[in-house]
Amino acid sequence: MSRNSPAQGFRERLRAVLTTHDDMARLEALRTLSEFTPGHVETIQLDKALAGIDPEVIERRLTRVRVAVLSSCTTNHLAPGLRIAALRRGFFFSVYTGAFAQYRQELLEPTTPLQAFGPEVLVLSLSARALIGTLPVDADREHVEQVLQTEIAEVQGLWEATGKRFGAVVLQQTYMDVFEPVFGSYDRIAAASPARVIDRLNDLLAQAARDSGIALIDAARACARDGLEAWFDSARWLQGKMEIAPQAAYRYGELVARVVAAQRGRSRKCMVFDLDNTLWGGVLGDVGIEGLVLGEGSAVGEAYLELQRYAKRLNERGVILAICSKNDPVIAEQAFSRHPEMVLKHSDIACFVANWHDKAENLRHIAETLNIGLDSLVFVDDNPAERARVREAYPMIAVPELPEDPAHYVHALAHSGYFEAVSFTLEDSARTAAYAANAQREALRSTAQSMDEFLRGLDMEVSCGPVGRLELDRATQLINKTNQFNTTGRRYSVEEVASLAADPDCITLQFRLADRLGDNGLVSVMILRPSAAGATELDIWVMSCRVFGRQLEDAAMNIAVEHLQARGVQTLSARFVPTGRNSVIGDLFRKLSFESIGDDGTAGGQQWQLRVSDYEVRPTHIRRRSVQ
Amino acid sequence: MTMSEADILATFTRILRDLLMDDGIVLKMDTRRPEVPNWDSFAYINFIVAAEGELGIRFNVAEVESFETVGDIVAAAMARLR
Repeated sequence: MSRNSPAQGFRERLRAVLTTHDDMARLEALRTLSEFTPGHVETIQLDKALAGIDPEVIERRLTRVRVAVLSSCTTNHLAPGLRIAALRRGFFFSVYTGAFAQYRQELLEPTTPLQAFGPEVLVLSLSARALIGTLPVDADREHVEQVLQTEIAEVQGLWEATGKRFGAVVLQQTYMDVFEPVFGSYDRIAAASPARVIDRLNDLLAQAARDSGIALIDAARACARDGLEAWFDSARWLQGKMEIAPQAAYRYGELVARVVAAQRGRSRKCMVFDLDNTLWGGVLGDVGIEGLVLGEGSAVGEAYLELQRYAKRLNERGVILAICSKNDPVIAEQAFSRHPEMVLKHSDIACFVANWHDKAENLRHIAETLNIGLDSLVFVDDNPAERARVREAYPMIAVPELPEDPAHYVHALAHSGYFEAVSFTLEDSARTAAYAANAQREALRSTAQSMDEFLRGLDMEVSCGPVGRLELDRATQLINKTNQFNTTGRRYSVEEVASLAADPDCITLQFRLADRLGDNGLVSVMILRPSAAGATELDIWVMSCRVFGRQLEDAAMNIAVEHLQARGVQTLSARFVPTGRNSVIGDLFRKLSFESIGDDGTAGGQQWQLRVSDYEVRPTHIRRRSVQ
Repeated sequence: MTMSEADILATFTRILRDLLMDDGIVLKMDTRRPEVPNWDSFAYINFIVAAEGELGIRFNVAEVESFETVGDIVAAAMARLR
């Protein structure tokens, strides 16, 4: 048996807290202490200290929830664990624990102490012990199934009664497999083995819970993960009919408090990562992108990869990701776009803050940008000094202690239960993605020192090709709907565009712009055709207002000129025809280095000309991707 | 690391002080449970769990039922740590 050491420094810290006479300050200090010390004895101590706080102060600072635990076993030893896990999340649980094996009576009989208590949350903690005791191990599959269905039907009856009588939310604990093997590995196959019975019961329970909208407390899974000895001790069962051992009380409290917090919208929403030695190994500014430790090939590099994969998985279920790093913003973002092993992409990050400012202030900025509370953030940083600074400035931000070894980062984050969910729908991930993308653009603009930096940070990519069959509808729609960025205001039908596209003397170009916020789709169309005078004319050029100010006009002209050069065209003429709504591009051609050659005969119309051989490629922050 | 009777008694005292949040507790070898305020059966089980965990030992179920004095518990622990 391994030894448990008392949590380092906890005794002294708690005793220091207890000398605080102001109850408000003492409560805050206890809450802070509760974040670091989840052990058995420490939890009992914190619970005793919590009992010494003026109830009025508790009422003012914490959200009170009346929680009843009804069970087929003894559960009163679980109360401290429940209360301290609640404290950690800003709740105060008034805890009622039912008498041993009296759960049916307490729920169903007319006058019980439970009624006087008036639970808001009712935890139903049932053991499979009695059921397994009545099932002969040679029972056939049909018989077993029937017994299990009956059990679950009874449990569902209890849920209904709870709702009707108390209007309480039910949290149903899964059945714990605390039973010894009967056959060995064959237990998983034998219909009536305890292991198989528990698995099937929990399956049926999960189905029923989903159908009835009941939340589960998955003690079975926690037990399997933490190890049976962390949860169950046959001596305690024999001595006090505790199926959950006293040393597991704080673990149980965590499971329950997480679900209660999640139901009340108090789960965290956003995970904010530091970069150097958190998302990758090494200091980017020192070692450069090539020097980062990340990816297959080294155990440490794979550890950071694992963390990124975990973050990605959370992101897929709707957790917002953000970056808060002391780094050069340009290099930091380049690491995302250029390092081949990066699992997290620019587009996964809702808010990317790399600068040299105070991290606490950057976190406040991130919360504001995403329009979420500081208490929705989890801040992940390997640097203890940064963690301490953030905790001190904003205690409502969750700042997990990270283990020294990145191999254990994922476990530390997953174990904390910050992102507990009580449901999951497709809309969750979709909504969060859109929400994050909008916030992202805002975040980027405001963190950028300049427009140039903003554009660079967007990580844009243009793809260009002729208007083909697939693009015909969208290209025509764009030509006919675009009023602002429209050089001539000409309108074309689908057939006309199709015939221009098919004409070997014409060049039709369609442009798509993607950035790390997503693909903007087909956003610009150019038609270049021979003019009456034998030159080549820019017949029409339209661009969606969604991508104004993104240098796409420069990138598009660069590409157009390449096409003209390939055909040996010497001169491109262009016209600007004012339509009353396109003044936004009044000086477009001047900016693109066209020469003015006077008016074009229409009111206010201008004629422009570009000598193709003199054209200087315009610098942009847009990469090229050619689509043929 | 070998522990003396005195070491074990000191460890038990610290654990019980923590569990009951009472630094006034002084355990002696002949102290009986009812003599210590609030050392009820609930706190007793928590004490056993904590003591077992910290010393890395297990007491028998029969022993836990029959310990009369703190000295009995210390002796049972000594027997396992020797």
